[in-house]
Amino acid sequence: MSTTATQKAGFGSVLWDYLTTVDHKKIAILYLIGGMFFFLLGGLQAMLIRIQLIAPDNEFISAQFYNEVLTMHGTTMIFLAAMPLLFALMNAVLPLQIGARDVAFPFVNALGFWLFLFGGLFLNVSWFTGGAPDAGWTAYAPLSIFSEGHGVDYYALGLQISGFGTLMGGINFIVTVVNMRGPGMTYMRMPLFTWTAFIASVLILFAFPALTVGLFLLTFDRLFGANFFNPDMGGNVIIWEHLFWIFGHPEVYILILPAFGVFSEVIPTFSKKRLFGYSSMVFATILIAFLGFMVWAHHMFTVGLGPIANSIFAVATMAIAVPTGIKIFNWLFTLWGGSIRMTSPMVFALGFIPTFTIGGMTGVMLASAAADFQYHDSYFVVAHFHYVIVGGVVLGIFAGLIYWWPKMFGTFLNEKLNHWFFWLFFIGFHLTFFFQHFLGLMGMPRRYWKFLEDQGLDLFNLISTIGAFFMAIGTLVFLYNVVMTQMKGEKVSGDPWDARTLEWGIPSPPPFYNFKQEPLTRGLDPLWIEKMQGNGELQPAEPLGDIHMPNRSFTPFMISLGLFIAAFGVMYQGGMWILAGVGFAITFGSMLYRSLKDDVGYHVHKEELEEKGDGSNG
Amino acid sequence: MKGWMSRFKAVFALTVMALILSGCSGESFLSALQPSGEGASMLLDLMILSIVIMLFVFVIVMIIYVFVIFKFRQKKGQEDFVPKQVEGSRGLETLWTVIPIILLLILAVPTIQYTFALADMSPETTEEGQEKEQIWIDVTGKQYWWHFEYRDLDITTSQEVYIPTDRRVNLSMISDDVIHSFWVPSIQGKMDVNPTGNRNEMYLQASEEGVYWGKCAELCGPSHSLMDFKVVAVSPGEFEQWVEDMQSVTGEEEPESETATAGQQVFADNCMSCHAIGASQYKIGPNLTNFADREKLAGVFDFNEENLKEWISTKGEEMKPGNQMMSAGYDLNEEEIDQVAEYLMTLSPSDVTPESARNGVYEDSDLSGLFPEESSEDGEGESDSEENNSEGGEGSDDSDSDNSDSGSDESGDNNSEDSSNE
Amino acid sequence: MAEDVLKSGDLPENPERATLEGRNKFMGFWFFLGGETVLFASLFGTYLALRNSNAGGATGSEIFGLELVFIMTMLLLTSSLTSVYAMYHMKNNDFKKMQLWLGITVLLGLGFLGMEIYEFVHYVHDYEFGYTTSAFSSAFYTLVGFHGGHVAFGLLWIVALMIRNAKRGLNLYNAPKFYIASLYWHFIDVVWVFIFTVVYLMGKVG
Repeated sequence: MSTTATQKAGFGSVLWDYLTTVDHKKIAILYLIGGMFFFLLGGLQAMLIRIQLIAPDNEFISAQFYNEVLTMHGTTMIFLAAMPLLFALMNAVLPLQIGARDVAFPFVNALGFWLFLFGGLFLNVSWFTGGAPDAGWTAYAPLSIFSEGHGVDYYALGLQISGFGTLMGGINFIVTVVNMRGPGMTYMRMPLFTWTAFIASVLILFAFPALTVGLFLLTFDRLFGANFFNPDMGGNVIIWEHLFWIFGHPEVYILILPAFGVFSEVIPTFSKKRLFGYSSMVFATILIAFLGFMVWAHHMFTVGLGPIANSIFAVATMAIAVPTGIKIFNWLFTLWGGSIRMTSPMVFALGFIPTFTIGGMTGVMLASAAADFQYHDSYFVVAHFHYVIVGGVVLGIFAGLIYWWPKMFGTFLNEKLNHWFFWLFFIGFHLTFFFQHFLGLMGMPRRYWKFLEDQGLDLFNLISTIGAFFMAIGTLVFLYNVVMTQMKGEKVSGDPWDARTLEWGIPSPPPFYNFKQEPLTRGLDPLWIEKMQGNGELQPAEPLGDIHMPNRSFTPFMISLGLFIAAFGVMYQGGMWILAGVGFAITFGSMLYRSLKDDVGYHVHKEELEEKGDGSNG
Repeated sequence: MKGWMSRFKAVFALTVMALILSGCSGESFLSALQPSGEGASMLLDLMILSIVIMLFVFVIVMIIYVFVIFKFRQKKGQEDFVPKQVEGSRGLETLWTVIPIILLLILAVPTIQYTFALADMSPETTEEGQEKEQIWIDVTGKQYWWHFEYRDLDITTSQEVYIPTDRRVNLSMISDDVIHSFWVPSIQGKMDVNPTGNRNEMYLQASEEGVYWGKCAELCGPSHSLMDFKVVAVSPGEFEQWVEDMQSVTGEEEPESETATAGQQVFADNCMSCHAIGASQYKIGPNLTNFADREKLAGVFDFNEENLKEWISTKGEEMKPGNQMMSAGYDLNEEEIDQVAEYLMTLSPSDVTPESARNGVYEDSDLSGLFPEESSEDGEGESDSEENNSEGGEGSDDSDSDNSDSGSDESGDNNSEDSSNE
Repeated sequence: MAEDVLKSGDLPENPERATLEGRNKFMGFWFFLGGETVLFASLFGTYLALRNSNAGGATGSEIFGLELVFIMTMLLLTSSLTSVYAMYHMKNNDFKKMQLWLGITVLLGLGFLGMEIYEFVHYVHDYEFGYTTSAFSSAFYTLVGFHGGHVAFGLLWIVALMIRNAKRGLNLYNAPKFYIASLYWHFIDVVWVFIFTVVYLMGKVG
């Protein structure tokens, strides 16, 4: 049950432990493994794209395969890499940061992970069964309707399954933050990572159902003869674009807000300073989320919505630059007057600031509706969103991973290798994407399998490909680092970074019940307050008592497995309908089992806790 | 590491400067940074404005950033130093809320102006304030080629569209299959070409003669990257000449050589069910009226007989993966292919070709020859005509009757075309 | 200890919110319904965009019969009321009466569902208005069908809860479950009011 117990256990029992776990810290590790796997897969696809575009008129991969690769690169990176990695951080840290012993719905949390994993696996089965989806990650109808084979069916059903998982994860975090905060942890004392994770979860809740509907319509059109997007039967292809972007734009903020949160933790810690303008940071986060729902049509300026709609959405989009700017300046002024330590998480954070500022600049340029007629669907857009998503989200994920790695695993990643990783990745990133801005303006549309000779596009494409190799090497350095340091397994203390928030007041890795006694929060950065004003340790808010914990369960795995099986039946139909029957039977049977069984958890008794007494509070 | 970082920064800044100075702005026939038309010029102005505003912000951020990193790094022996825990500053925070709002307003106003200006499809006016007659082209996007019908002029082309310089040419665009996007970076921004919903409208206005590359900018299938087209901007006088020449083509013209005549027969037997020569609304395959004047074969390949033969014999399977011609049922032997190719290479009805766009010869014209009845009436073009997308529904009453005439002519042509197909 | 919540009888005033688990469920479910609202809003948006795209097939005003739909509306509205009674008795710790009123709710829901199935069969057979007839028909069946699917799921849920707890009585563990099932039922009801207005009334009149 506890970490020490599992370390002694054999492989089989460790596996069973993870298959049935409802502990948010272990689910975080599962998300991390799953997310990293898909991140590497998506990276491999990116390398194929860049090799194809290394020279004009290249024939490295075929046109059809190229479209499959570009579709899967986008889909994988957004849904199966970036989001799960952020969920890994949220699961690892969020309950600790608010002084909670657990999340609100441990069972649902586990279910969310397994749904994501099975959805992602389902999507990737397509490679082996006749071709992956090929209509772009946006899957615009009617291209996605006319697409032959089952590729787009895999897309629709796979994302549907993993989307359910994301939605559940989102609800879990919302309720965790609302209901589970520890003593003294008011909203305005919550660390900014918790705040951004909370707001991102709200965005998930309100954005994902639009995708759910869009995917259902796509599925029904392709598999059951519906006519939503069939022009001949009165269908309207623009509906898909609206539904997709009503989801798709908030999705961008679902990704970037938690990354902002990571930087808002890392920068104060390594500047030894309180976050500058905490309340305006919170306000800016909420404002970005709010505005994020009203700007989806800026992805559709060239669709022909007319100048009035275009102008409204252009101005609304520009408005988002204001709260984002507030954040940038607040970070800069957190650094101002601080005592800056160049640790590897901090280097990532400092690399993020100029990179993301460029991404924000091009964002405002894109918001200018008329000018977007030139930028739209060109490599300028490709450059822009990679500056935001890689320069913002991915740097944030790695900053967060390295920062919380000791807390998650109790070991330290090698600092030197981390710096190597950063510089290779950072330089590679700018080489890859900076020149793509120009490629776009020079007339290269995105999603181009080939560019032609004598169009002045050769040099920058070559540079871009070289940069991609730098990024790949950097990532390999990181992997090497992870393997090496886990093998060595040197233990670290509870607070190796000299940090400020609650999670650093307990051992690394924390016991499965997180806090032996719930800590008292006396203000923002509670651990820092104790360091300055107290004895440097968290003060308990309650006497030692029994701790209520949830039971482990295999049901989430089974529910997800059932949907995975059922999706094949729904897709191939005919004789395969039996799979749908079996799959849905497993899923609904498991749900019924869960619903009918009394599962009230168990208590860790006071006496056991006293025996374990390990010095620090926890 | 500190030195490393600053060196990197310096190199970075120098690279950016060098790029801008060396004019890394692409090729003039393709780049949005080298505009040759009204739309692209306006858009470049707007881009430059936004870049300047944004660079201003970026420079400020970077100055603070660099200063902070160097000034406030922890020095040796300072490990125990505890900085002042500042909560915030209302003044500063207000400052960096208000200034961006002002900057964005500066950008928002021209953005809205230009957005409306580019969507304005009302007729151009002469210096005296009279409205000029409009040229409309109905554009159809198909996997993976473009089809152009000149409204009222009784001309059809594919792949390469001729326009007069210094005059707006209005496009009304629709797709026959999936969504495409029509983009000629050096002349105008892009506009999606949708299969349902609205017919999108935009105008092209080229200020210099030239052959401009157009691209499809919305993923439309395997050969999305090969769906290029050309805009051939010739001087108004040459354009008038071209229109006249094109109008005279019927598709029945006898070629001079014997092989080509044989090729014409092969073409009639095998190709005409999809490809038309002469004005026609027929668009299963590209219209071939002025095929031999093309810049490129199938939009992207060097235009020569060798490539053409390869295309005909392979149906473009390797050259343009996923193209619709792969499902064509013809089966030609080598001799027949040679004959058809030779015939196709004779299809050059006009002396006005892409070469005319390059040779620098400028022939002026007010294009009144294109609108025979228009000289008597001016300034009556009703503005609602632009909103009315039904075919041939624009212009004043007079030209309306003219439309119906030409419309019936056109359908007559089609009938003869169709019958000859069968 | 942990099993305390399974004891029935002697419950506090709001048994559904007496435990942390209950409060979490209560709050989580409200948020879930927020997401469901976006789901139905998207379906409504799609339907509104396609309601005139009948592509030569039947139109709404040709096929909709308001009488039947009116009865369905009444059934569902009444069932919402009866589930309120059930929750009232839950708070009074009167398990038998709660089960009774939930039973009536289920019967009304079954009636609604039966009539909806009849309605669909009627459209398919008498008007050749199938799922694949037109964009309008796809949108109609998808929107109304999604709601129907929710009704069916709600019925199964409530029935499962009733059977499951028939012998155990009410306790702090299952009170939140009953409560959120009834919340779900209200939500379904509200969605139907919009379907009645947007699909049927506007389809017939507008």
